[in-house]
Amino acid sequence: MEVTEAVAIDHGLKKEEFSKICELLKRTPNLTELAIFSAMWNEHCSYKSSRKHLKKMHTKGKQVIQGPGENAGVIDIGDDDAIVFKIESHNHPSFIEPYQGAATGVGGIMRDVFTMGARPIANLNSIHFGSPQHKKTRNLLRGVVKGIGGYGNCIGVPTIAGQTTFDESYNGNILVNAMTLGLVNKNKIFYSKAAGLDKPVIYVGSKTGRDGIHGASMASATFDDKIEEKKPTVQVGDPFTEKLLLEACLELMADNSIIAIQDMGAAGLTSSSVEMASKGNLGIELNLSEVPCREEKMTPYEIMLSESQERMLIVLEKGKEEHAKKIFDKWNLDFAVIGKTTGSKKIELIFDNKKVAEIPIDLLAENAPIYDRPWKKTKLPQKLNFDKDEFKSLKLSDCLKKILSNSNISDKKWIWDQYDHTVMGDTIQKPGGDAGVVRVHGTNKAVAASVDSSALYCFSHPLTGGKQIVCESYRNLISVGAKPIAITNCLNFGNPEKEKNMGEFVECVEGITEASKYLNFPVVSGNVSFYNETKDKGIKPTPTIGGVGLISNYQQMLTMDFKTEGNLVYVIGKTDGHLDQSIFARELLNEKKGPPPTVNLFNEKNIGETVLELSTKNLIVSCHDVSLGGILTAVSKMCIKGKKGIKINSLKGLTNKYEYFFGEDQARYIIEIPEASLKKVKEILDKYSVHFEDLGIIDGNSIKYNTDINLPIEELADAHKYWLKKYMDS
Amino acid sequence: MRSSVIIFPGSNCDRDMDVALKKFGFKNQMVWHNDLSIPKSDLIVLPGGFSYGDYLRCGSIASKSKIIKSVIDFANSGGLVLGICNGFQILTETGLLKGILQQNKFLNFICSNVFVKVKDKQNKYFKDLKKDVLKLHIAHNEGNYFCSDDELKSLEDNNQIAVTYCGEDGTENETTNPNGAIKNIAGIFNNSKNVLGMMPHPERMIDKYLSGEDGSLFFKNILDNFK
Repeated sequence: MEVTEAVAIDHGLKKEEFSKICELLKRTPNLTELAIFSAMWNEHCSYKSSRKHLKKMHTKGKQVIQGPGENAGVIDIGDDDAIVFKIESHNHPSFIEPYQGAATGVGGIMRDVFTMGARPIANLNSIHFGSPQHKKTRNLLRGVVKGIGGYGNCIGVPTIAGQTTFDESYNGNILVNAMTLGLVNKNKIFYSKAAGLDKPVIYVGSKTGRDGIHGASMASATFDDKIEEKKPTVQVGDPFTEKLLLEACLELMADNSIIAIQDMGAAGLTSSSVEMASKGNLGIELNLSEVPCREEKMTPYEIMLSESQERMLIVLEKGKEEHAKKIFDKWNLDFAVIGKTTGSKKIELIFDNKKVAEIPIDLLAENAPIYDRPWKKTKLPQKLNFDKDEFKSLKLSDCLKKILSNSNISDKKWIWDQYDHTVMGDTIQKPGGDAGVVRVHGTNKAVAASVDSSALYCFSHPLTGGKQIVCESYRNLISVGAKPIAITNCLNFGNPEKEKNMGEFVECVEGITEASKYLNFPVVSGNVSFYNETKDKGIKPTPTIGGVGLISNYQQMLTMDFKTEGNLVYVIGKTDGHLDQSIFARELLNEKKGPPPTVNLFNEKNIGETVLELSTKNLIVSCHDVSLGGILTAVSKMCIKGKKGIKINSLKGLTNKYEYFFGEDQARYIIEIPEASLKKVKEILDKYSVHFEDLGIIDGNSIKYNTDINLPIEELADAHKYWLKKYMDS
Repeated sequence: MRSSVIIFPGSNCDRDMDVALKKFGFKNQMVWHNDLSIPKSDLIVLPGGFSYGDYLRCGSIASKSKIIKSVIDFANSGGLVLGICNGFQILTETGLLKGILQQNKFLNFICSNVFVKVKDKQNKYFKDLKKDVLKLHIAHNEGNYFCSDDELKSLEDNNQIAVTYCGEDGTENETTNPNGAIKNIAGIFNNSKNVLGMMPHPERMIDKYLSGEDGSLFFKNILDNFK
C-alpha cells in the first residue's frame, strides 16, 4: 500500500503532522513506519495537548523517590519500604466493551506497578456512568464492575476503595479509572531506562495477536454513531497469564539480571521499545520474526501495533538469557530474545531477514508535536440568592432521606461486594470508608488510599474544582488517621481542540497544582484522557485524584462509624452554609447554577494537621470528612455504620438550618470524642485557632434534632443502602 | 505439626495460608504443583485462588496436576487434607469429596463476612471447638454447593456436612445462604473425615484488626487436636 496523506489521516494523523513526518525523515515513510508514527504521535501516547501544562505541576517532595515520567510514581514510607502507585484511564474501550475494557484497565495499571519491581497490594477505581435513566447505564455498570472484579479477584490483589458517580454528561462516554499501589524495597526499584550497547532485548508474557490494533488511536478520538465497529480495537485480558507474569517478573527481579523493563501497554511493542531506547539515549534493533505470535501471517505492521495484553519487554544483562528463560519456562510463559540495544539512536525493524523500518528515536519521542492549544477561562459564576422562605415547605427529615438515597450518595456495597477486598490478609479498612487501608505486610505501618473527583464543582469553576479535589483527597486520608504523602491524577476531559474543554483542562491543572503545592501533597504519576466526547457532546471535566497516605502505627487507624453512646460529636471547621452546586440545591430545589464552595488552603492545611494530631494522640475515636450532602449527610453515615443514634443540639443564633445541615463548605470534619479527652481536644483546637462546634451526643437508635427530625437509624439505613441494588435489579 | 501448602499456577491465597499456619505454630512449607512428592506432613492444604485460571472448570485442571496423586495417596492413608475455596473445588474434582461447586445463585462474585455453623465435632478439625457458630469470610464466584439426592443423604447419614451458612444466632435459612448452596452447605468431609473442603477462608480472620478472629480458633483447634 502506498502511503499518502489520505492514509496518514486514516491513521489519525493531521495533514500538517504528516508533512512534518516526511520533512523530518526526508522521505515518505512506509506503511509500518507510518503506523509507528501514528502510535507515538497520538494524544494518548504523546501528551501533545497537555504536556505544556503538565510541566507546571508540583512533583517534588522529601518523600518522592520517583515523580511523573516512569511507569508509576514512587514514594518513601521509611525503613527501606517504598510505595509505587499510579492511576490510569480506560474510558474509551470500556464504553465500547465494558467487561474487557475495564478488566484490561485493571491489568494495565497493575503491570505498570509490578514493572517497577513492586508487588501490587491494593487496587482502587473511580467509575462514572451516565444518568441512571439512560438505557445503556445499567449494562455498562454491570459489565464494568464484573470486568474490574474478574481481573483483580483472579490476580489476588484486594480492591480496597472506589468511587462511583452518575451524571448525564457520561451518557455517551463512561469513565473507568483504575489505580494500583505496590510495595517495593526502595533499593530494588526497576526503571524503564535502557543502558549499555548490544544488550539482549527480551519479550516475555503472552503471545501477540491481532487484538487492540489502533487502540491508542481509538482512545485519542471522539466517538460517533459507528462505535460498534471499533470493538476489535479493544484488548482482551487474561488475568491468569498476568498472575503468572507477575510472579515470574518478581522472581527474575530478585537478582541483578534486569537492566530495564517496560510493560507493553498502549501502542504495545512500539511505545515500549521506543521509550526504553529514548530514555537510555540508545538505538534498538528488533527482529520481528522472533516475536511469539498467536495468529498466523502477522505482518510487521500488526505486530508493532498490537495491544495484546500481559506482555513485557526487558533489556537483560548479557549472559543472563538462560537464567531468565528458566524462570519464564517454569511459569509457562513465552520467552524470546527479539533484539538488542544499539548505538544508532534509531529503531530498526527486521522481518524475514529484511529491514522493514528505520526511524531515528528522537523523531518519535522528543520531536513529537507539542501543541499550545487555545483555551478559554471560565468565569466564577455569581452566587445564588436562595429564597429561604421556599425552604420552609421542605421537611428536614424528608430532605435527608432523599439525599441519602441519591445515586451519588447512596451506599455502593452492591459494587464492592463483587470485588475481593480481603485477599492478602492485610485489609484493615474495607471499601465504604473515607479511604481504604492495607497494612504493610509484617510491619506496624499501614497505607491509606482514596480516589476522588468532583465533576460538578470542576464544571462550574475548574480552578476551584481542581483545588477542591486535592483537598478532598487530603481530608479523606486524614479521616482514617493517615498522613497524606502524594497523589496520582487521572485527567479526564472532553475535546482539547475546543477552547472551552481545553480551558477546563488548563484551569483544573492549575487548581490541582496550587493545592498540591500548598498542602505539600505532590503529584508523582498520572495520565490524561482527552476526547471523551460523543457526537459533539463532551463530559464534564473530571480530574480524578488518587491520594496515598501513611499510618505509622496501624492500631491508630480511624473509621467513621460511631463507637460509644455518650461520646461527644464535634464539627471541626467553619460552616457558612454554601448551597450553590450542592446535592441539596440539585436534588430538592432543582437548582444547578452558582459557584462551587470556596477553597481556603490555609484552613485545609491547618485544620487537617490539627485533626491528624488529635488522632495520633488517640484523643478521638471516629472521624469523617464533611463533603457532598453536608453535615447531616456525614453524620447520618456515621450513625448508619455504627448503628447508633445522635441527639443534635439546637443551632445557635440566626443560622438557617438548611444551610447549616446541607451546605457543602470545605475544610470540615466530624469527630467523636470520649468525654475524658474533651479537655485536651479543646486545648489543641484552641492552640491552632481551629473553629469548632459542639454538634451533639451519641444517643439511642435515632437521629434527633428539636422537633424537626426523629428518624430511626434503620429507616435511614434502608434509604441509604438499597438504592443501587434496587436499581440494578429493576 | 508439619504442614504443606500446594501452589498451583493461579493460586493466590497461598501466602495468606502460609502466614496463618506459621502464626499459630505449624511448621509450614510450600510445595510446587509440578513436584512429584510432598515433604513429610501432618496436614496438606490446597489454598484458594484461581488455579489454572479456572479454565475448563474451577479446580479441574489442578485435579490432574502432577502433585495431586501424592495428595490423594496421603488422603487415602488417613492424612489431613484441607481445601479452602478453590482448594475445595479441586477436592471435588479429584473425587476425594462428593458433589460440585457451581456458580453463585445470583451470578455475582461475593466477597463478604458470613457466619457458619459447625455441624459435626467428631473429627480432627472441630473436636472440642469452643464455639458452635464461627464468623468467617467468603470470596468466590463458584461456591454454590450441589450434589445428588443420594449423595446428600449419605452426607447427612454419615455426619459429613462440616459447616453450613447461618445467621449470627445459628439460624439456617434462605436469607442466611449467600450463594444458593444446597442445605446451606459451606463445607463437607469425606467419609473418614480426614479430608475437609470449605468455601470460607479462615486465614483471613486471624487478628482483631481484620474482620474477626474466628479463623484463629479454627487453626488453634487443629493444633490442639494433634497434640
